[in-house]
Amino acid sequence: MKARAKQIDVFNRKSTPYLYLFPTLLLMLTLIVMPIIMVIGYSFFDNVIVIDSPEFVGLANYISLFQDSTFWVSIRNTAFFVGFSVLFHLILGMTFAMLLNTRYLGNLGKAVFRVIYVLPWVFTASVIAILWRLMLSPSGVLNYLLESFGLIAAQVEWLSNRQFALMSVTFVNIWAGYPFFMISILAGLQGISSDLYEASAIDGANAVQQFFRITIPQLKPILISLIMLDFVWTTQQFALIWMLTGGGPINATEMLSTFIYKQGFTRNQFAMASASAVVILLICTAAAIFYVKVQKARD
Amino acid sequence: MKKKLFALLTVGILSLSLLACAGNGGDDAPADEPAVTDDAATTDETPDDTDADDVAPTSDVTLEFQQWWGVELPEGFLADLVSRFTDETGIQIELLSNPFADTRTQIMAGAATATMADVVGLDGSWVYDFANQGAISNLTQLMADIGMDDSELSAQVQFEGNTYMIPATNFAYPMFVNLDILEEAGITDMPTTWSEFIAASEQVVANTDASGFAIPLEASSPHGVQNQYLSWLWASGGRFMEDGRPNLVGNSDLIATTEFVKDMFDNGVIAPGSFTMREQDMVEEFTNGRVAFMISSLAHLFMITEGAPDMNIGFIDIPVMDGYTGQSGMTVANWGLGVAANSPHQEEAMMFIEFLLSPEINSALVVAASAFPGNVNADPDYSASPPLFLDAFEIFQRNFAINEFTGLPTAEDLMRSMNEELLLFLDGDTATVGEMLEATQARWEPVFN
Repeated sequence: MKARAKQIDVFNRKSTPYLYLFPTLLLMLTLIVMPIIMVIGYSFFDNVIVIDSPEFVGLANYISLFQDSTFWVSIRNTAFFVGFSVLFHLILGMTFAMLLNTRYLGNLGKAVFRVIYVLPWVFTASVIAILWRLMLSPSGVLNYLLESFGLIAAQVEWLSNRQFALMSVTFVNIWAGYPFFMISILAGLQGISSDLYEASAIDGANAVQQFFRITIPQLKPILISLIMLDFVWTTQQFALIWMLTGGGPINATEMLSTFIYKQGFTRNQFAMASASAVVILLICTAAAIFYVKVQKARD
Repeated sequence: MKKKLFALLTVGILSLSLLACAGNGGDDAPADEPAVTDDAATTDETPDDTDADDVAPTSDVTLEFQQWWGVELPEGFLADLVSRFTDETGIQIELLSNPFADTRTQIMAGAATATMADVVGLDGSWVYDFANQGAISNLTQLMADIGMDDSELSAQVQFEGNTYMIPATNFAYPMFVNLDILEEAGITDMPTTWSEFIAASEQVVANTDASGFAIPLEASSPHGVQNQYLSWLWASGGRFMEDGRPNLVGNSDLIATTEFVKDMFDNGVIAPGSFTMREQDMVEEFTNGRVAFMISSLAHLFMITEGAPDMNIGFIDIPVMDGYTGQSGMTVANWGLGVAANSPHQEEAMMFIEFLLSPEINSALVVAASAFPGNVNADPDYSASPPLFLDAFEIFQRNFAINEFTGLPTAEDLMRSMNEELLLFLDGDTATVGEMLEATQARWEPVFN
């Protein structure tokens, strides 16, 4: 009898944590794991969703995908878009954060500049798209200013010209996203002990040396997290691109996200869209694994 | 023990809430419908509600009506219209109104997950895909079930011999003219042929700050191919389909049309920014006096006259190929109606469609929308409409309505691939119009095989 009571007690103690975890696990299973499994499953069938009994086609969708030249264009454009966006988010975010962290500016001044610099992040993608479509239109304010200063002779079609479209879209995304870096880095900068700078100053370190030997190493964990998150978010960016150019002109700004949308919602090729989505999943998973490894190594 | 009890309670509550989320919320409506509900339109809030409880018929049924019309009609008009249906039948109507592009995406998502609203606003270019997918109901059968007389309908969009969409309104795409720009440019005679049109446009560009014509060819919404490129073909009696299959290669009318459009680009008469311009942008360019000629939906007339009340606007027949003397086709787009296959209230949904197509209601709807009726017996009173609208109506009457994309499989993707090939030709990547049409036909063929 005693032994049985002990057994029940042990079972209760062991099962309690799982009971607490159960709701979260159930939610994760329903909202994250199941959709991912479904999308992966769809990618091995033909005509999913549009007919009741889709046919299993193995890797055929992936083979078609890798033979599709537009897919490779979208990969190349996504790489450009993500690479430059993350790089300039980092540079601008760091620059503005350091400006806002300076001791030469009063509290009021800092508050005003913080509000100004953070503004792009407050706007939704649709507002940003409308704003920049107006400014970048051939008869928009940007061309007016450039013409007024004699910098261009004729109107430039920033979004309609294949030569400029990808750069323009990337520029808008950089503008929209740097405040996230700025705020996070600013928080990190404020957490660095001033003792470190004072000690290095006594040792004769100049500002550049302090930046590379103290600031960057101290911010490294934050920077890695930011870069990782930004990489994933920018890879998935859809709304801004869709509303600015729709992936055009021709395929000049076609990204993986717009490519997937078109496959699914204009061609009804949900299986191909799923296969493309799996590619994005793999890319983002690789980034996540890299992040976890770096974090583990740091710990 | 308390801890355990608390844990069990938490698990229970969360599991129940999950189940609740997964349920369909009764048989009224899909619970996870993504569209925004037009609160003003919910019939709960109709002014006559309290009185109606005593006298009007009652029903437990609530139909969802997803469309983009509510956004484009005068505020509150659609809500008032559907409240009359509720007064007559007791059936509640919940309006889900969003812009055109959003509506399409949401209906598409609803079709994929069998959570479509009961009654859906449809564009002719979506019908084939939804019908083929089994997402929308066979209206031929439903009309028979409720005893609806289809002889009054101006058109029916069919798939495999059965009706799946009924156009409630028809929107014509005439050519708008900014008469002020033409006067400034010294143009007195309206162009009637392509060569006259290019000459007039060149005169506009030479003597004013405006462009001659605008073609919106943005990739996300490729309807510019249909409305502002192929309109020229149809106006000159041409077709791109033959015996149910695409006839692009060697199609002399289409070749001439494409070369004409290329000439306009090469002569610099097209408004800049075409490659990422949307129809809305084109209308704004016209409203702001930056474009002299524009082919656009008559529905935009109200928006233009409101935005530029002092502008002198006129309508002309779309100029035709030099030497063409036959009747001209005019592009039409519809606000169509369909019933979701997943709707548990098929007959009630069909009754609502019948109501919207009844002569009196249809007349009111088309007057408010600046459109032409879907019921041949409707007698819309356009007397309060601007005289300009009547001018356009006259032009519409002497032309024939056409839109070859209506009912084609993946019609929007066909437009998109043609759009891309056209841009490559206009941008000089494709050397000849023949190559452009060959490339387009090659991309279209698999859809028809």
